[in-house]
Amino acid sequence: MLTKELVIIGGGPAGMSAAIAAYEDGIRDLLIIERDDSLGGILQQCIHNGFGLHRFGEELTGPEYAWRYEKRVRELNIPVMLSTMVLDITEDKVVTATNSSEGIFQIKAKAIILAMGCRERPKGALNIAGHRPSGIYSAGMAQKLVNMKGFMPGKNVVILGSGDIGLIMARRMTLEGAKVHAVCELMPYSGGLARNIEQCLNDFDIPLKLSHTVVNIHGKERLEGVTIAKVDERRRPVEGTEEFIACDTLLLSVGLIPENELTKSAGVTLDRVTGGALVDQNRQTEIEGIFSCGNVLHVHDLVDYVSEEAEIAGRGAAAYIRGELVPTKNTTIKTDGKIRYTVPERITSDGDVSVYFRVSDVFRDKKVTVRSGDTIIYQKKHLKLAPGEMECVKLTADKLRGANELVFGLED
Amino acid sequence: MKKVAIIGSGVIGAMIARELSRYELEVTVFEKESDVAMGATRANSAIVHAGFDAKEGSMKAKMNVAGSFMMEQVCSELGVKYVRNGSLVIGFNDEDRAELERLCARGKSNGVEGLRVIEKTELKALEPNISDNATCALHAPTGAIVCPYELCIASIGNAMDNGVKLILDFEVASIERTEKGFVLSSGDGRRAMADYVINAAGIYSDKIAKMTGDNSFEVHPRRGEYVLLDRECGSTVSHTIFRTPSKMGKGILVTPTVDGNLLTGPTSVDMEDKEDKSTTAQGLAKLMGEACENIEGGVAYGKTITSFCGLRAVGNTGDFIINEKAGFVNAAGIESPGLSSAPAIALYVRELLENAGLELISKKTFNPIREPKHRFREASIEEKNEIIARDPAYGRIICRCETISEGEILDAIRSNPPARDIDGVKRRTRAGMGRCQGGFCGPYVMELIAKERGIEFEKVTKAGGNSTMVIGKTK
Repeated sequence: MLTKELVIIGGGPAGMSAAIAAYEDGIRDLLIIERDDSLGGILQQCIHNGFGLHRFGEELTGPEYAWRYEKRVRELNIPVMLSTMVLDITEDKVVTATNSSEGIFQIKAKAIILAMGCRERPKGALNIAGHRPSGIYSAGMAQKLVNMKGFMPGKNVVILGSGDIGLIMARRMTLEGAKVHAVCELMPYSGGLARNIEQCLNDFDIPLKLSHTVVNIHGKERLEGVTIAKVDERRRPVEGTEEFIACDTLLLSVGLIPENELTKSAGVTLDRVTGGALVDQNRQTEIEGIFSCGNVLHVHDLVDYVSEEAEIAGRGAAAYIRGELVPTKNTTIKTDGKIRYTVPERITSDGDVSVYFRVSDVFRDKKVTVRSGDTIIYQKKHLKLAPGEMECVKLTADKLRGANELVFGLED
Repeated sequence: MKKVAIIGSGVIGAMIARELSRYELEVTVFEKESDVAMGATRANSAIVHAGFDAKEGSMKAKMNVAGSFMMEQVCSELGVKYVRNGSLVIGFNDEDRAELERLCARGKSNGVEGLRVIEKTELKALEPNISDNATCALHAPTGAIVCPYELCIASIGNAMDNGVKLILDFEVASIERTEKGFVLSSGDGRRAMADYVINAAGIYSDKIAKMTGDNSFEVHPRRGEYVLLDRECGSTVSHTIFRTPSKMGKGILVTPTVDGNLLTGPTSVDMEDKEDKSTTAQGLAKLMGEACENIEGGVAYGKTITSFCGLRAVGNTGDFIINEKAGFVNAAGIESPGLSSAPAIALYVRELLENAGLELISKKTFNPIREPKHRFREASIEEKNEIIARDPAYGRIICRCETISEGEILDAIRSNPPARDIDGVKRRTRAGMGRCQGGFCGPYVMELIAKERGIEFEKVTKAGGNSTMVIGKTK
């Protein structure tokens, strides 16, 4: 069996950043496995700009952002296997993969970094009543058809869900000459970034219908229209509010799910809220030597944070391979429900730690508060917090010393 | 050589076609849709019933028990997945228990083996996740599961490999009896001759029969909605779980599928429109509510992959309508247990033809085995590597959720009956049937179909007709 010190599964922004960080930290015997025929992951089809503002202080397109990392991967001669699909990983870090030149093969790794990204929640999960014609796509599939293949899915569009890809596609389809009739969002707020609502909907006069959903799909062969309706506070359609919109295309942007089938096959415990692994500050999962980062860990809204997190995982894996990753404590992080989740969920050694989190609803004038027992170790007032925007709290080593359990919450 | 026309390529038409392909006959299957298995075969409970349900002495009872006996062998010849998982009809009270005892007796009289009413402790041992409120159950160890469209596709494929012709997009608009035999005409002016005609047209079989002056029966559609869950939920139960039947029907079942998913349904609503395969919000809500009553802690509907609707072909006689008159054979009103009965119905139709004077001469070249080009999914790692070494396309994974390779998709487009659209590829390979429902692999599958069929990317459809995927190039 082949052996490697470090195998990185996924060659998107997370996998590339993690590999570069591990290499720069001294790891030479490493390999990136990517199922697509090129590096870059989903960034390849994100031809809009807005990537890299935090990282590079400039607005890059997705492919430009990816290229900065791919260039570095090439400069460092980090080995990459393309068009190779990982089929299984085990608890003792044996990776089984397949491609057309090697067939099915196995690699025994000292450490693994999971960087498989996420996928879109499909229509089926929504159980919308009606027919099942063509013309219904996930926003990401439509993005691939338009940006990578050069084909238009349709010309009269309704979008269900106001996730970022849906918002981006509302603008993209409009620029390509389609008419986007409405973006319906089940929740009373959008799950997308504020800047995307401004730049992708408002700038093009596309109506965002909050607390609305699609209740029926019409058309036997190709989509002919959808019935939308208002929903009440329990998200049930309100009778009498139905409205028919003629359209040939329905795009779904109803959430992203970390793609953790491999993680599960290794026996890694997942967080019910994030859908990703439970990790410590090094992004190490509960299985020693298996790390997770990027959208497979939790869905990010900015790739800049994906890169940052992947570098943490890359350095963590390097330290693990050198035998330097010895836990000295176990501080668990809890949330109050208003804060939906944090990453990491536990801290295992001394040092400064950045904790990322999302809130569960739209909140105004709240103080993000971190308590260790009765002591408030961090507090900061926010004018507005929304589920669509990931937040970060930097906790310094001195504040964390001696803490057994941290509770993240929102207070008045 | 005598010409036999089969109208309809659902599982009944497909099994009949395969049965007749054993003989020196010119068999042609006429299908109005652009693929086989597009009617009731596409969407049903995927159950091989043990045979305790149908009334003693009925055609349904006879065909079901005989078909259920034959199914494992047929599936093995055709390379179709078949799992004898057994079924349990669960009861919640004394009234249910009485009904289960009655069903048990009926089943025994129908010839079903191994039937037994079991008590709560044994039920819980067999199915730990069953509702704590269930007090007893009828255990039918011969109940099984099979994928209906997989069986249909394999059966037609095997028939075609043995010389049967399949003509798609041919909607029979009229049937004329002439001195030389039957003349079938399509709406668009195509005509075909036949000495014998078999009507396996599903919900339209009454319409087909009427074309020959046979007004003896009516068929109406009965809607059945289903919700399919992720493979993560496939082990919720291992048996097929039915509720004790009542005046309201057989109720909602919960069953694993041969592909490892969990299937729940069907609703049961009589309809008029034979084309309305839409699901309804009320129907889905009702079925999910009922299914949850059978399982302790409920069914994990958060893991739903898709919901769909099928139309059962319900005849007005209360039984299957299988008969022959002057060379015209009806295999009509084949509602549940139609799938279970299909192999037996095929044999019975062959007998009817023989009795009607059709001479059956065995074909020496007949091969009952339908080997897929490679049994890739079931192969060992060593075998897979040999296959990939010979054909690298098997190493390229196209559908990530179900791990389906380019080799398997190409095989589906190239083998009988060839897949022509995205749903056709999906039914044959499971590409696009997983948790992302084709979000990732859709465009790749479209490219493969376009290339193999020599058509433009824009012309690739989801399921034939006007179901296009893209309308043209970007600016």
